Formats: sequence, C-alpha cells, structure tokens
Amino acid sequence: MKIKVEDMNLYYDTFQALINVNLDVVENEITAFIGPSGCGKSTLLKSLNRMNDLVESCRITGKILFDGEDIYGKKMNVNVLRKRMGMVFQKPNPFPMSVYDNIAYGPRTHGIKKKRELDRIVEESLKNAAIWDELKDRLKKSALAISGGQQQRLCIARALAVKPEVILLDEPTSALDPISTTKIEDLLTELKDRYTIVIVTHNMGQAARISDKTAFFLHGEIVEFGKTIELFSRPKDKKTEDYITGRFG
Amino acid sequence: MTDAKEEKKDKTDNGEKEIRIAAIKERGAEYFFLLCSLMSIGAVLLICFFIFRGAWPTIKSVGLWHFLTFDKWKPTDVPPLFGIFNMIAGSVYVTLGACVIGVPVGIFSAVYMAKYCPYRIYPVMTQFVSLLAGIPSIIYGFFGMMLIVPFIAEYMSGNGNSVLAASVVLGIMILPTVIKVSEVSIRAVPKAYFEGALALGATKEQAIFFVGIPAAKSGILAGIILGIGRAIGETMAVVMVAGNSNILPKSVFKSVRTLTANIVLEMGYASDAHYDAIVATGAVLFLFILLLNMVLNFINRDANAAGGLS
Ligand SMILES: Nc1ncnc2c1ncn2[C@@H]1O[C@H](COP(=O)(O)OP(=O)(O)OP(=O)(O)O)[C@@H](O)[C@H]1O
Ligand SMILES: [Mg+2]
Repeated sequence: MKIKVEDMNLYYDTFQALINVNLDVVENEITAFIGPSGCGKSTLLKSLNRMNDLVESCRITGKILFDGEDIYGKKMNVNVLRKRMGMVFQKPNPFPMSVYDNIAYGPRTHGIKKKRELDRIVEESLKNAAIWDELKDRLKKSALAISGGQQQRLCIARALAVKPEVILLDEPTSALDPISTTKIEDLLTELKDRYTIVIVTHNMGQAARISDKTAFFLHGEIVEFGKTIELFSRPKDKKTEDYITGRFG
Repeated sequence: MTDAKEEKKDKTDNGEKEIRIAAIKERGAEYFFLLCSLMSIGAVLLICFFIFRGAWPTIKSVGLWHFLTFDKWKPTDVPPLFGIFNMIAGSVYVTLGACVIGVPVGIFSAVYMAKYCPYRIYPVMTQFVSLLAGIPSIIYGFFGMMLIVPFIAEYMSGNGNSVLAASVVLGIMILPTVIKVSEVSIRAVPKAYFEGALALGATKEQAIFFVGIPAAKSGILAGIILGIGRAIGETMAVVMVAGNSNILPKSVFKSVRTLTANIVLEMGYASDAHYDAIVATGAVLFLFILLLNMVLNFINRDANAAGGLS
C-alpha cells in the first residue's frame, strides 16, 4: 500500500468537506477520483501532499499514511513529503522563466548545482514526459510561450525532475484540447510502471480509459471505491450508477 | 388647429436647442479638462526650455565635455574654472550608497509585507511606510545630523559628514518608494506560481526568492529606479550631512558634494558666469532625471509586453 487514508475528516472552519474517508492507493496503479463539482476530490488530493496547509481554516482528523508513515506526524518534513509526491494542477502553471529553468527549479531547490547533472535531469525529465522532441530546441525560450498542452506536459516533466514516487494530478486535461489530452493520457499510462498516480477527473471516459481503481465522491463522502472496470460496468451503488450514466442531477 | 401645430413646432425647437446647449456644455467641459492637462505638459516644456536656455552660455563658453569631465570648480577665481566632475561623481556615489542600503532593506520589507505579515499588523506597517514617505527632507536632515553623523564620527572615522552619512539618510528616504512598488508587484504574482514551487518541495523562502521575486522583477526594478530618482534629486537632507567640500572623496567617510548641494549652496551669491554655471549644473541634474524616466518607460513597456509580468 503506497498511501492509506484512514477515517479522515476535513473541515474548512465549520464546513465539513470530507466525511470519514477511507482509501488505499496501490503502488504502480492509477487511482482516479470522480464525482460532481464541490464533492471534495481536490480537497482530498491536496491533503495527500499537505498543500492544504496553506488554507488557514483547514482542520483534519484521522490519518493519512504514506509508506506507513503518518504524513501529519511530527517527524514528517513537509518539503520532503511534497518532493516525494509531485503535483500537477488543473491550470498549467509553468514559472515565468525558460523551459530549462522550469525543469531545473526543483533539482536546484534540492541542492543540485552542477550544470552537467542539471542538463541530464532536464533532458531525462522532458523525455519521460514525452515532450523532449518538441522542446529540445526551445530550452532557452520562455515557458509561457509554448502551447497549453505543452505547458501541462512541461509541468509533469517539472514534477518528474525531483524524482517523486507519487504523482498527484488535479484535472490535468480539463483546460486542454483532445489531442493534448490523448497525449497526456498515453503518458500517464506509460508512467504508471514507475510511479504511483492519483488523478482527479471530470471526464468519465478518461477515468475508464486510464485508471485501475476509481473512487466516486459525493458530498464529501466516498460512495464507492473499487476496480475501475467493475465500478463502471457493475456499480454497486445506485448513486454511482446514476452518475456514470449521466442521469445525475 | 394651427395654434396647436405652432406650439408643437415651438416645443421641438426648444428641445433641439436644449440638446445643442448640452452638447456645447459637454464640449466646453472637455476643453476645460484638456486645458488642465495641458498645463502639466506645458510646465514640463517650459522648465526644459528655461533650464536648457539658462545652461547654454556656460556650455558654449566652457564646452559640454569639459564642463562634465573637468574636476576643478573655482567660480570666483580669475579666470573662473567650471568643471562639475566631482559633483557628478558625488551624486553618483551617494545615490549608489543609498541603493546599497535602501534596496535590500526595501525588498525584504516588501516581501515581509506581502507574504508574511499577519493581517492585523499589516495596516500598522503600511501606516508607517506612508509616514516615512511624508516626512519632509529637512527632518531627515536633522535626523542625520543628530544621530548618524555623530555615530560615524564616534565609532568609525572622520568628522561624520560623509558619503556614508548621506547614503544612510538617502537609503532611508527611498525606502517607502522601493517598498510600496515592490510590494504591489510581489502581490501581483499569481498564486499558482507559489503553489507550483511549494508542490515541488520548495520552502516558502525558496518559493518567494526563486519564483516570486524573479516574476516580480520588472516591478521591483521600477521601484528602484523611482528611488534612484528621488535620491539623486534630494537636496536639503544631503546638504545637512554630506560635508559638501568640493573634492573627490577618497573613502566613504570623507566629505562629498552633490550636484544639488552645489546649486543650493552657491545660488544665493552667484552672479554672471557663475550663476550661469549653476543653472547648467541644474540642467545636468535634469538630464539625469530624464534619463531615469526613459529607463523606467522602457521597463514598463517591457513588463506590459510580457503580460504585466517577468
Ligand atoms: N479553501 C477553502 N475554504 C473553504 N471551503 C473550501 C475551500 N476549498 C474548498 N472548499 C469547499 O470544500 C468543498 C469541496 O471542494 P473541492 O475543491 O475539494 O471540490 P472538488 O470535488 O474538487 O470540485 P471541482 O470538481 O469543482 O473541482 C466545496 O464545497 C468547496 O466549496
Ligand atoms: Mg477540484
């Protein structure tokens, strides 16, 4: 078990955004979170790498174990945790600097200074994100000057550059065109052999295509969680069925 | 029947008239506003004209290059010597000194105010920064005379009236400008950049200094240039702490005379060629300010072209 969420509740002030969540994320699998808007998918995702620490009103009970270690425990270094769990956001957010510096930012932050080492990491990360061929002649160009789809894959490459074990993605393709979306889906399927992936998506087809497990959220609760094939072909819960067949209000 | 018709016609006439009057009024207002805004343009042009016309006799008789690069200023000798190199160097020294002191402190303050300051303390901070901006320069001068000059004389070297004293006073004076402009531009950096950096495992400081500040750099640079403009044109406070002797200072503890000091110290008794040379000194200062403004425009245009950032 790579990540284990146990009896977790999350509050924003008095509003309870997650209710008694239990979830196991298995290594080298893609786990998808689906559910209507506002049901708490992003909230759970952001709890996994503690990006919720930035929200002052956020309070959490229960446990999240990462390789058996409590991520909210006293011994957990949050910067190391975030390095081990890369995150890709809904809207591509490359830094306003060159493609090269975007990728090198993470490794530099973690103390890698040698030019040769950085060159190697940049090339390797871009190759792993399947965007090396498109960008290799534009490494010194501003990352803001490439297309949205390329920016998002650049952000994936940037996350890969710090050698994470898990990649968290929050609706990574919702702002992209179909071709870019397919590229990213193919990429994630490839990356799954080496990384553990958790993805939030509004696109049911996407969850069905790429994920091994799917969790269906509703009003802060996980209504159903299981193998993607089963959840989509034989949903156990009536609400899941309504949602995946589009009969949901 | 005809009466009614006449009346109706009258009414429409009146209506048209009213509309025409309204249009004239609107036009009038527009011209009035135009006139007001032309006043500032006119003022700038007039100032340019008079200062450069006033500077012309000196430039003509001494030569621009000689005036700028000759390091002897002996206006009462026979024949008088007019070279303002020492004063240009003096202005540059104290301005650079002000930047060395004021820029880092200003940027760090801006970072604190934009990224760390608890929201209850924030209004107090901004109040103090605004106050700092509003203090008259003569008060800064007193502060320098009473605290900084004696401190340098006591614990460092010389009699205290020095490049260093002027730099410290000017450094404090440019703080509000640097802080305000930098803070605004740091705040304008999209949150997504900081989140992206933190998500890579960067600490808050790393996110601010290696993503936030680079993204805000053109705004910060604009703040610094505005600060430089203020420092190079400052007169009173500098005269009170710089010593003002007309020699090229050999160290930061030595006395220095700036362009502004040269003008204000000799204006009272100068006449004829001396007077003209003083005006020419002012013209050189004015040129510096125009140059800074051009740089500022350039930076702003650059920033706008990049979508307000980077
Ligand atoms: N910072 C916050 N402060 C207060 N409430 C929040 C905050 N972030 C999210 N919420 C609330 O928590 C609930 C869950 O939000 P969350 O963003 O996790 O939903 P989501 O499932 O990701 O929705 P979407 O599909 O629209 O992204 C929502 O009701 C939302 O309004
Ligand atoms: Mg969301």
